[in-house]
Amino acid sequence: MPIKELNIFRRHGRQFIPDLRKVVLPPVFRGRPVLDAAILPAEAARVKELCPTGAFGTTDLHGVEGNAACFIDLGSCVFCRECAFALPEKIRFTNDYRLAANTREGLIVRQGEDSCISLDESRIRKEIRTLFRGALKLRQVSAAGDNSAEMELNAAGNVNFDMGRFGIEFVASPRHADGIVVTGPISENMAEALQISYDAVPEPRILVLAGADAISGGVFKSSAALRRDFTDKNPVDLYIPGNPPHPLTFIHGILDLLGK
Amino acid sequence: MEQRRYIELFTNPASVRLEEIPVLDYDRFLDFLEILMGEEGTHCVSYFVVPGEHTFRFICCMAADENHALVLFSHEQPRDPLPSIPSITAKHFQFHIFEREIHELTGIRFEGHPWLKPVRYPYDRYDRSQVMDNYPFFNIEGESLHEVGVGPVHAGIIEPGHFRFICKGEEVLHLEIHLGYQHRGIERLFTTGNGMIGKSILAESIAGDTAIGHSQAFAGVTEALAGKSVPAGLHRERSVALELERMAVHIGDTAALCTDIAYQFGQVVCEALRTLVINTTQLWCGNRFGKGLVRPGGTNYPLTPQIAETILTNLKEVEERYNAITKRIFTLPSVLGRFEGTGTVTPKQATLIGAVGMAARSSGVYRDIRWSHPFAAYSGLSVEPVMLQKGDVWSRAMLRKLEVEQSVSLIRELLQQTATKEEHDSTRNGFLRPDYHMEFRKEALAISLVEGWRGEICHVALTGANGEICHYKVKDPSMHNWMALALAVRSQEISDFPLCNKSFNLSYCGNDL
Repeated sequence: MPIKELNIFRRHGRQFIPDLRKVVLPPVFRGRPVLDAAILPAEAARVKELCPTGAFGTTDLHGVEGNAACFIDLGSCVFCRECAFALPEKIRFTNDYRLAANTREGLIVRQGEDSCISLDESRIRKEIRTLFRGALKLRQVSAAGDNSAEMELNAAGNVNFDMGRFGIEFVASPRHADGIVVTGPISENMAEALQISYDAVPEPRILVLAGADAISGGVFKSSAALRRDFTDKNPVDLYIPGNPPHPLTFIHGILDLLGK
Repeated sequence: MEQRRYIELFTNPASVRLEEIPVLDYDRFLDFLEILMGEEGTHCVSYFVVPGEHTFRFICCMAADENHALVLFSHEQPRDPLPSIPSITAKHFQFHIFEREIHELTGIRFEGHPWLKPVRYPYDRYDRSQVMDNYPFFNIEGESLHEVGVGPVHAGIIEPGHFRFICKGEEVLHLEIHLGYQHRGIERLFTTGNGMIGKSILAESIAGDTAIGHSQAFAGVTEALAGKSVPAGLHRERSVALELERMAVHIGDTAALCTDIAYQFGQVVCEALRTLVINTTQLWCGNRFGKGLVRPGGTNYPLTPQIAETILTNLKEVEERYNAITKRIFTLPSVLGRFEGTGTVTPKQATLIGAVGMAARSSGVYRDIRWSHPFAAYSGLSVEPVMLQKGDVWSRAMLRKLEVEQSVSLIRELLQQTATKEEHDSTRNGFLRPDYHMEFRKEALAISLVEGWRGEICHVALTGANGEICHYKVKDPSMHNWMALALAVRSQEISDFPLCNKSFNLSYCGNDL
């Protein structure tokens, strides 16, 4: 290596993060929210009104309005933090980036809860851990993603995060993949191509939805340009919240799914 | 007295009552357009149709760069029967994309348009029988020719789009780019409820790699409609954010260009530098892409002296290291061998297709909204556009390097101003929160231009009698520049396509909306 490159290399330093489990993101990072137990119904109603994606809710899961506690659905939340700006004493966003869950219910953060989000072990399909624990090859499909989630998934494999160290990698062909990672709210124009890509992955295969757009449609939820039956038709193994999901959120989610 | 033919606006963003925009008959419209097009540096920033009860109103927004003005004028056509009018594109090719868009949405025909093809297959298109699967590709018959289809799903983690090449051996004769897979119905969502917070987030999601650029264009439109003036301090913060975004993407693209020619050292070093820049943005607002940073009328994340300090420290680090690696990149024969003379777009072609932003500047077209229509804090900065002439991959790579250097000095200047200005104290003690309850002018139009890292972003909003947004037009620079890519690969080897594509790094979702 020529001298000039050695000098650049020295300044470049060691970019590799040795222990990804120990990374602490800056306090301003918008991660897992915490809702104070003391939020009053009137306050909850006001916050619900301004939430742009309907992630902030006051009804129970069956849609019944009552004195049930309020909650934030991380599958819809775009982490704009506007609820916390409106109610700074009672709502805050922590810098906890461990947000992934394997069930839709697992993404609900209820009033008064301040515990890490984790996977429901009993709901993880057995073959995922027996077959993919050592190596997992994924094919990403952007279905109307805005290119930020895509860039973060690329970053998950870069010199800093290097998820290749765990044997997790994105591959070019669905034929070479063990699963599909979907980003974007799934437009009508992309729905068929997504289904074809998914069908091309040999079974058993996993399905991961990355980002609020993919999980719920996010801010595009009400658009007539979407066709989201793909997520109903096919079993989802992992939901990774975020707008876009931070590379650490993605890597931790996959590691937890694999039990690594 | 002769009727006024146009209205000129000298601010950016700007708003005007709809009735103040003259309605000409189509012949006079074309005559006047001809006069404008004869002037140096004049180009169309938006041309769209607003459907009324009985008429279609065509509004044309032209940027007169030399006069630093926006020129607005319009014409009207009856809705019934569906009009068929002479095409502007036949004479001025840069209108091709606007007329195609209008045709796709309304069914209006443009006589003599050479290429009246679908743009994005929007769900509310005029002719629902037109579907993605039967895009009318151009084809050439010939025994020695073959076609190559790529996409919509590509090999990497990128957005979907379809490329159809017609090749003679390794040589590309023609490339046609078929987009629309990313269509999310964004323009319609701007007019259907969603509140101001939702709309701000929508603007950030038009193209996630240009979150700051698009959200700034949206904020500009709303502030113009509300007649709200923004304090100079906030303007400076927005410009700092925009330049950080430009730096991050340009450095990331330098890395990606190195990837495509298998120069891994350049790739890895530049990737790490991009990380440093986006992490700086994250430190400011909690998001690596600057989502949430720009909001109408104020901010949730004021630029504190501590953050400014961190930006300056990281800037110095990035500047030195980027300088060292680009010196290496641009002197390596193996790099230059791939960059130089590859994927050339001539100044004539760039002018013809109405190329904007860095694609225009690297082909010798003097075009930069920061200079011609200064917004935010740029009027106090006198930005001199970075210009290169050759229009090849080398030029587009080198332009990135030079623009990163320019951004570094712009940010320094902006932060310097902040440190010396008095209003900074007021920002610190009680900064201006976003205003989500602005009252808009009724029956008005607002236009906002922002020079994002790709180029000219244009947002236009129209309000109805109730002061609500009733029509919204978004133009991402990619809408003009995709044609530049199609031209760049002609008579190139097909194996150089990824390199050419990356050198533009155009937005799929910005085009598809």
